[in-house]
Amino acid sequence: MGYLLRRIAFYLFTAWAAITINFFLPRLIPGDPVQSLIARSQGQLDTSAIQSLYILFGLDNDQNIFEQYFAYIGQLFRGDLGLSFTFFPTPVSEVLSDSLPWTLGLVGLTTVVSFLLGTFLGVLAGWWRGSWVDVVMPVTTFLSSIPYFWLGLIAITLLAGQGGLFPSSGGFDPGVVPSWDMDFVWSAVYHSLLPAITILISSMSGWVLSMRNMMLTVSSEDYITVAHAKGLSERRVMVSYAARNALLPNVSGFALSLGLIVGGTLLVEIVFSYPGVGFQLFQAVGAKDYPLVQGIFLVITLSVLVANLFADLIYLVLDPRTRKEG
Amino acid sequence: MAMPTADIMPMLPPSEAPVPATRKRRQRRFLGNRKAVVGLVLFGFFCLLAIFGPMIAPYDPGKRGDELLIGPSGDHWFGTTHLGQDLFSQMLDGTRSVMLVGIVAGVVATVLAVLIGVTSGYLSGVGAEGLSALSNVFLVIPALPLILIITLSLPETDDLTIALVIGCTSWAWGARVLRAQTLSLRRRDYVEAARATGESTWRIIGFEILPNLTAVIAASFIGTVIFAVLSEITLAFIGVPGVSEWNWGAILFWAQSQQALAQGAWWWFVPPGLAIALLGTGLALLNFGIDEYVNPRLRSGATKVRGVKMRVGFTPVLPKGTKR
Repeated sequence: MGYLLRRIAFYLFTAWAAITINFFLPRLIPGDPVQSLIARSQGQLDTSAIQSLYILFGLDNDQNIFEQYFAYIGQLFRGDLGLSFTFFPTPVSEVLSDSLPWTLGLVGLTTVVSFLLGTFLGVLAGWWRGSWVDVVMPVTTFLSSIPYFWLGLIAITLLAGQGGLFPSSGGFDPGVVPSWDMDFVWSAVYHSLLPAITILISSMSGWVLSMRNMMLTVSSEDYITVAHAKGLSERRVMVSYAARNALLPNVSGFALSLGLIVGGTLLVEIVFSYPGVGFQLFQAVGAKDYPLVQGIFLVITLSVLVANLFADLIYLVLDPRTRKEG
Repeated sequence: MAMPTADIMPMLPPSEAPVPATRKRRQRRFLGNRKAVVGLVLFGFFCLLAIFGPMIAPYDPGKRGDELLIGPSGDHWFGTTHLGQDLFSQMLDGTRSVMLVGIVAGVVATVLAVLIGVTSGYLSGVGAEGLSALSNVFLVIPALPLILIITLSLPETDDLTIALVIGCTSWAWGARVLRAQTLSLRRRDYVEAARATGESTWRIIGFEILPNLTAVIAASFIGTVIFAVLSEITLAFIGVPGVSEWNWGAILFWAQSQQALAQGAWWWFVPPGLAIALLGTGLALLNFGIDEYVNPRLRSGATKVRGVKMRVGFTPVLPKGTKR
């Protein structure tokens, strides 16, 4: 239990750090942050948007910085992230709650599938090193060097568009109404196929590589030799002895690099105009919608932290050593 | 997007020091690795382009022409944009910004990673734990959104500030790897011996520990350069202000916003993507070269030892039916 509690404490600390960064960044801008944002937006802001900014930054009254800080945290706990000015006067939290399910569905699911599939392929690539499987290595290296969004562009050109196999944009057909009926669900799944395949192809290769390397490292351990000597079947040694042990570092690596991966996958949404958080981020940057960008940063960070916690739980199940102490 | 996932695994410390290996022989061993050589050549090629690219560009990248949106031809090798600008020149011009940001961010992040990673690995106590926690926090916070909100809140941005922001936010991975490595070196006999003879802490770190971390530092530098290049291109692609005008990401931004896809202008977005992929592949190969140099188990290719086929580095097995 001690392990889990320590992890939870760490995530709470990280969440606090992210919130604090969010609070102090606009205040570190020399001069009046609102003024400089107005200057940067080149007259695209109307007066109500400016007022919303002053409220968000706590500059509309004479509180000192600590009072502002606690007021800000209090605001966050009520789910108040300020007003978006791309979608003025919709609150940021409302904008996000519309888009977050899409992202969780697409990015969350594909990230997990890509990890599982990549790990599986990595086990095979590591076990059969020196055979034709080695051909996979340069291919995966190349694929992992391509930015996700570029692969998306290519996929759209080749497979979508007029007369193509897949729709090139959106999360569902414009004709159907979002609800939990078959039409809508099918349409949503159909629209998510191409982005999902794009993310799969480009994010999987990293897992193949790291799992292969772990397999190679594990495979020269003595217990593998013993397992062979006992006359266990090839498959048994591969799965229950080599892969079982090689998996642990890969799982902790998965948890660690989630933050990096999510950034990349969000871009796929931009290319496909998928109605998720990534696409919203794109629109927010274009419109210099600082409150929305901040809100997205917080929401993504918190989601990654929760995902990390899940990865830790899985690690706990996989590695008996972490359960022993405590 | 390339994740330095290959670094996840704890790299084996260069413990079984190749005893009398002279510098030259070690160099040969590294350069004898095909992956490393290919990676080095690709990286060198892009470095040269970054230096000379803007000079050899046939046109002014921003100059408008009469030939709008034409495919590759003798006049315009990579075709033209919707304004008749020469894409080949834009690509050449953009290389400098891509490489500059990549390398500057890589250097900044590596310096921070060495300082924080080695310090927190070698020293013990609250400070070291704090540094380690700090790098874990930076590791968990999603990098791209963090870079975005920082660049958006800066009053003015150019290539250099973006490089600094990327460098200051992406050191955590390297710091973690270096810390783990330092922890394993700290109790080695030769370090204990140095401590026993009364050498100062900083001398031990500088002359006993750091030289043994060279390969790890190089790997983390290259990993960061890959990450920085991709982040910068991404920022330019999203349309963050301040990135150089003809950065590859900016070219893709224009291609996307001008509906190059719908118009079938494949020449507009294929070259930048391929260039990114080539540069990334080169750097990744260089990293594999280093990995395999440090950890010989990773070398691919069946090793045959006197008729006994080493199966995958597992138990040597004689072919069925051979008599002993």
